[in-house]
Amino acid sequence: MAHYLGRTLIAAGLALGVVAAASAADITGAGATFPYPIYAKWADAYKKTSGNSLNYQSIGSGGGIKQIQAKTVDFGASDMPLKPEELDKDGLMQFPTVMGGDVPVYNLPGTIGEIKFTGEVLADIYLGKIKQWNDPAIAALNKGMNLPNSPITVVHRSDGSGTTFIWVNYLSKVSPEWKTKVGEGTSVAWPTGIGGKGNEGVASYVKQIKGSIGYVEYAYALQNKMSHGLVKNKDGNFVKPDSDSFKAAAAGAEWDKAPGMYLILTDQAGKNSWPISGATFILLHKTQDKPANAKEVLKFFDWAYANGDKLAEELDYVPMPNKVVSQIQHAWKTQIKDTSGHAIW
Amino acid sequence: MLRAQSNADSLSLGGIQAAGPIGRCIMSRTISDSTLKRQYLLDRLFRGATLMFAFLVLALLAGIIATLLIGAWPSIKTFGFGFFISSEWNPVTQKFGALVPIVGTLVTSTIALLIGIPVSFGIALFITELSPRWLKRPLGIAIELLAGIPSIIYGMWGLFVFAPFFGDHIEPWIDQHLGSVPGLGIFFQGPPLGIGMLTAGIILAIMVIPFIASVMRDVFEIVPHVLKESAYGLGCTTWEVVWRLVLPYTKTGVIGGIMLGLGRALGETMAVTFVIGNAHELNASLLMTGNTISSALANEFTEAVGDLYFSALIELGLILFIITFIVLALSKLLLQQLSRREGRPS
Repeated sequence: MAHYLGRTLIAAGLALGVVAAASAADITGAGATFPYPIYAKWADAYKKTSGNSLNYQSIGSGGGIKQIQAKTVDFGASDMPLKPEELDKDGLMQFPTVMGGDVPVYNLPGTIGEIKFTGEVLADIYLGKIKQWNDPAIAALNKGMNLPNSPITVVHRSDGSGTTFIWVNYLSKVSPEWKTKVGEGTSVAWPTGIGGKGNEGVASYVKQIKGSIGYVEYAYALQNKMSHGLVKNKDGNFVKPDSDSFKAAAAGAEWDKAPGMYLILTDQAGKNSWPISGATFILLHKTQDKPANAKEVLKFFDWAYANGDKLAEELDYVPMPNKVVSQIQHAWKTQIKDTSGHAIW
Repeated sequence: MLRAQSNADSLSLGGIQAAGPIGRCIMSRTISDSTLKRQYLLDRLFRGATLMFAFLVLALLAGIIATLLIGAWPSIKTFGFGFFISSEWNPVTQKFGALVPIVGTLVTSTIALLIGIPVSFGIALFITELSPRWLKRPLGIAIELLAGIPSIIYGMWGLFVFAPFFGDHIEPWIDQHLGSVPGLGIFFQGPPLGIGMLTAGIILAIMVIPFIASVMRDVFEIVPHVLKESAYGLGCTTWEVVWRLVLPYTKTGVIGGIMLGLGRALGETMAVTFVIGNAHELNASLLMTGNTISSALANEFTEAVGDLYFSALIELGLILFIITFIVLALSKLLLQQLSRREGRPS
C-alpha cells in the first residue's frame, strides 16, 4: 500500500513538473501538414538550446487558418498564402518559412531518360485533352525518345492540399483554358483522373498504374526515387527540380513588392528557376494581446532562419534565401505590435 | 406504477434484482419496514439510473442531428434540394452537389452485400451444419479475428496487394468479356486501373463478411435441435432443413446481421478511400473511380477552406445519417412483412 502511494505521489509530482515546465514558455501553433516534419525537428532542436518548447499540430491549412482567426493558437500555418484583403479582414500578417515544390512524376516502364514537359502540355494532360503518351505535343518536346502508344492516367490529390494549390496555380498561370475552366485552390473540380490521399496516396497510385502521371512534393519524389520530368520555365529553359532550382525561383521573387507577402513562386523568371515552386506560410495577428507569446514565436522562427537550414535540407526542404529572411524580419518590426502600438520585435 | 411494481415484486418474485433479498425474507419470515423502505428507494434509484442511460442515447442522437443540421444550414439554404441531384463538386466556384458520393456509397455497399451475404451464408451454413466437429472452433475463431482487423489494414492490403492483382488479371477479363454484353456492358467497361467502385465494393465485402457470418452462425446455432432432427427424420436434405427451417426460424437475427454489415459498409471510410479513386465523377462503369460520402469527408474535411465548403461537407454527413436511418427503417418494415406472412404456405 505504502509502495503504491509512493508511486502515485512520484507520478503526480512528475506530472506537475511537466506542466510547470510546459507553461514557462510554451508556444502553440496549428495548420499545414506539409511543413510539419521540419517544424517538429526545429522545435526539438530549439528546445535543446533554449529550453522553450513549441507545440505544433498539423491539422491542415484550413484548420490552421480557422484556429488563428479564433485566436486559439499563437500562430497558424498555411501552405496557401492568404490574399492581402483576407489578411486585413482578420488583422493578420504572414511570412514564408521554407520552400518546396511540385514535381511531375510518371510511370512509364521502358522509357529511359527524363521526359520534358511544358506548362501548357501539363495543363492539357490534366484537362484530359492530351490522352496518349505519344501525343504530338509531348513527342515534339521529346525528340528521339520512344514514347509508348498508351493512355495517360491522371493522378491528383483527393484531399485539399497546398501541394495542389501550387500545382493548379502554375497551370492557371500558363494555361488560360485551365484558368477559366478549373481555376485554383487547395482543392479543385478535376476534369479527369483519380485522386490519391496525400503525397503518399498519389505516389502509390503512380507507382502502381502503368502510364500514369501525378504530382508530388519534391521531397517525396526524391525519397521514393520516382522518375520525374523536366519542366520548361519562364525563361524557356528545361530545368531539373532540385534545391538549386527552387532557390533560384525564390531569389528571383520580389517579396518586398508583394503586399502582405502574397507571393506564389510559380512560373518565376530566372534562368534556373523551377517553375512549380512554392513556400509555406506562418500566420500571426498584427495586434498581439499576448505580446510575450508573440515574441517567443518570432524568436523561434528567428532561430530557425539562422540555424535551421541544415535540418531543413536534411529533410529535403529548401530554406529561404538570406535576402528574403531580412525582408521577413523587416516585416516583423514594422507590422507586429502589442495592443498599445509598440513594436514587439 | 412504481409502487405497484415494488409490491408485486415482494409477492411474486418477479424482478431478478429483487429475488435475492426476497429469498432471504422468506427464510426469516419477517420484513421490517425500514428494509422495505430501503428496497423501495434502491428500486427507484435503479429505475432512475437506467432511465437516464436510456435517455442519454436519445439526447446524444438529438444532439448529433441538431449539430449536423446547424452546421449544414448554410449549404441547405444555398443549394436546397438541388444538392441531392447535382453531380458538381467544385471548391473553386463553391458549387456543391452530393449525387456522386451518394451514388458511390450506395453502389459500393450494394456490391459488398451482393457478395457478402451469399458467402457469409455459406460460411455459417458450413460451420453449423456440415463442418466436422474439430474444424468448428478454428473456423469460428478465424472469422472473429477477421472482424477484428482494423479497416486501414484492409485499405492498405487492398491498395498494395489486391488492386494491382485485380487490375492486371481480373479487370482486363471483365472489360473484354462483360464489357461487350449489350445493355450490361456499360457497367463493365473501362481501363484496368485496379482501383475503382468494384474494387472498393469487393474490399467492403471482405470487411462485412466476418460480421454477417458470425451473426448468422450464432443465430443458426440457437435453432432447437429437436426441430432440425425431426426435419432430418422426415427425410429433408440439409438444404431443405436450412432453407425451410433454419432461415425462417432465425430471420430476425439474419436480417440483423446483414444490417450490421450494411452499416459497416455504408460508413466505412479509410479502406474505401484507399481503393475507390476519390474522383467526383459520375460513371456508369463499376471499373471507373468514384467517391463515397465518408471518404469524401475523410479526404476533404481538414483542408475545407470557406464556410460553404465546410457546410456542404457537414450536409454530406447529414445525408449519410439519413441514409442509415432509411436503411434501418426499411429493414424493420421487411421484418414486419415477413412476420405477417408467417404461417401461410409459401
